[in-house]
Amino acid sequence: MSESSLKFSPPKRASLRIFLGYAAGVGKTYAMLEEAQKRRAAGVDIVIGYFEPHGRKETIEKTKGLETIPRRKLSYRETVFEEMDTEAILARRPQVCIVDEFAHSNVPGSPRAKRWEDVRLIQDAGIDVLTTMNVQHIESLNDQVWQVTGIRVRETIPDWVVEEADEIVMIDLSPRALLHRLERGVVYAPDKALRALENFFTETNLTALRELALRQAAHQVEDHREAARPSGSAEKILIHLTADPSTAMLIRRGRRVADYLQTECLAVYVAKDPQWTDLTPEERSAIEKHLGFARSLHIETTILTGRDTAKAIADFARERKVTQLFIGRNSKDARRIVDNARDIVVTVAAARRR
Amino acid sequence: MTSAGDRRPSPDELLRRLECQEADERRGRLKIFLGYAPRVGKSIRMFDEGCRRKKRGQDVVVGAVQPRGAEEVAEKIAILEVVGTDVLDIDCILKRKPEVCLVDELAIDNPPGSRHPKRWQDVEELLDNGINVITALNIQYVEEEQDGIERITGKRAAHFVPKSFIRGADEIEVVDVPEEELVKAGAEDSAQRVRLSQMRELALCIAAEVIEGQLQRYMDLHGIRQAWGTQERILVCITPRSNAKAMIESGRRNAERFHGQLLAAYVEQPNVNREDQETLDANLELARKVGAETHILKGANAVDEIIRFAQEHRVTQIFIGHTQRSRWLPLARSAVDNLIEASEGMDVRIFPQVQST
Repeated sequence: MSESSLKFSPPKRASLRIFLGYAAGVGKTYAMLEEAQKRRAAGVDIVIGYFEPHGRKETIEKTKGLETIPRRKLSYRETVFEEMDTEAILARRPQVCIVDEFAHSNVPGSPRAKRWEDVRLIQDAGIDVLTTMNVQHIESLNDQVWQVTGIRVRETIPDWVVEEADEIVMIDLSPRALLHRLERGVVYAPDKALRALENFFTETNLTALRELALRQAAHQVEDHREAARPSGSAEKILIHLTADPSTAMLIRRGRRVADYLQTECLAVYVAKDPQWTDLTPEERSAIEKHLGFARSLHIETTILTGRDTAKAIADFARERKVTQLFIGRNSKDARRIVDNARDIVVTVAAARRR
Repeated sequence: MTSAGDRRPSPDELLRRLECQEADERRGRLKIFLGYAPRVGKSIRMFDEGCRRKKRGQDVVVGAVQPRGAEEVAEKIAILEVVGTDVLDIDCILKRKPEVCLVDELAIDNPPGSRHPKRWQDVEELLDNGINVITALNIQYVEEEQDGIERITGKRAAHFVPKSFIRGADEIEVVDVPEEELVKAGAEDSAQRVRLSQMRELALCIAAEVIEGQLQRYMDLHGIRQAWGTQERILVCITPRSNAKAMIESGRRNAERFHGQLLAAYVEQPNVNREDQETLDANLELARKVGAETHILKGANAVDEIIRFAQEHRVTQIFIGHTQRSRWLPLARSAVDNLIEASEGMDVRIFPQVQST
């Protein structure tokens, strides 16, 4: 026990370390288990909360001597699923817990929808967590990843969750070495490996994802260092939400820019009347979805009512001292917003296509 | 990739590709492990890889190993044949002609009287002779980064490796560890921590930059044309009227925060009066000063030129100033409207006009 644990301070959220990679097989889990073994050797009480072996011999070898908390079985639609047993981990109360695959979505019926929510609970109990994830699971990169690889990643983690990690470690491997591993059957069983090689694991895909991962890691190293100092940024970003499907892209882009510039981020929807009577049921649910999505990314949302959308946005922006507006290019009001907010920087966000 | 193959390569291009490939086949392959400080574990990773290759049947030798190496290294290389010690004996290796040669500490200067003054030049010769080389390098010794490194650490390296050598590597890998692990236990030195963090960020960025270059080369080689980039590239459009100072400053800050590239362009206009020309020159100078790559474009239609330039340079954000909307023709399309319409895959950021004009 260290000296600090003898002080009677209120429980603080324990630390989180993310092993960041860009594809399956780069060695994230291996590196995490290596770290776990190092800590165990130093006398730390460490357990495996969740580990995905994928049949990889060398990785499984690294779990030797580490205590594993049995998974919890859940049935859903007559199939039995195994999930991390967070309650059992909390009851066991180790100093450090290993949790593989941070971006995992739990099976419906689990106490929490996302594994990252389980991880926060574990941290809240004062247990440090080591976890793994790939860069393509970061919410704000979703469109870029889709554009690069053609794959819409469904299991995403809000950026703020990743940015709250105390440490991020880039697990780097050259695509060539990764492709060799895949060919040798180290990563996947042969039939799955072949499919993976044809689809996702192309050299351009891997190289582009790897670059994204390196830049993400660099950003977080910088952010972490700068967090100690006041940011001094007086900027504020406002995103204009509409029912258009491209709004999700706009939200991600605005959020990402706000994060990089370390600024506050708001979002607004302008309704024609308080009952939203001008909207079809589809539009209504799209707006609700976009508002919810923005909130999940820690964006403060406001609903305004006004006949003149462009004017309502410009007035709200001035009132809240917004310095930058983010609007979609599909918005029929785009041109009028640009015109009405001539004293504010307006960004018409890209529409990414493939 | 959907956009692959949408461009037919010219005969010249095909020939160039073929030559590249042939040269590639004869030359040994170079792999560099990059670290941001001593003790991050570059050498261990390099020797690990050497051992794995040896076990898989490759003919691997150690060409150079640092004498102050940790016990861990000694243990690792026990199964490997060592040709040379802390001094790389190039003739000996060329005579031995292994498949793979491990070279620790790439940035070392050879003793006087050696064939090449620098170790990386030895490596170059090994590669030319068809020997694959795996090596380890601390980014502190990258020649072109010395100004930045001096700002971080307060000193410049005494010997270097040119960045072109790293760019030319077939593979690079970053060896990354949290800086906390390098700070000696008990020695709570926050200045050291900041330095390590800055060097770490620099290493990750250099790696990303090298990889971006490789991606570009790979795409050129395979005739893949891609508009997207993983790096943010900001283009500031400069006119005599626009609030260039605010745009350039914002561009600089964005480029810095995104670890991106800053470009500035001006489309030549006829009949620019002297005063405007002076403003323009001053703005371009300001852009250069903050590190932007500046370009002067020619063409009758400014919007077309900007879009073409932006696409060629894989720009992700275009910064422009508001045009003055005519009081008499408020519905007439402005250049800004046209630019927004034509720039689908890019963000367009529109800045307020200067108050005085």
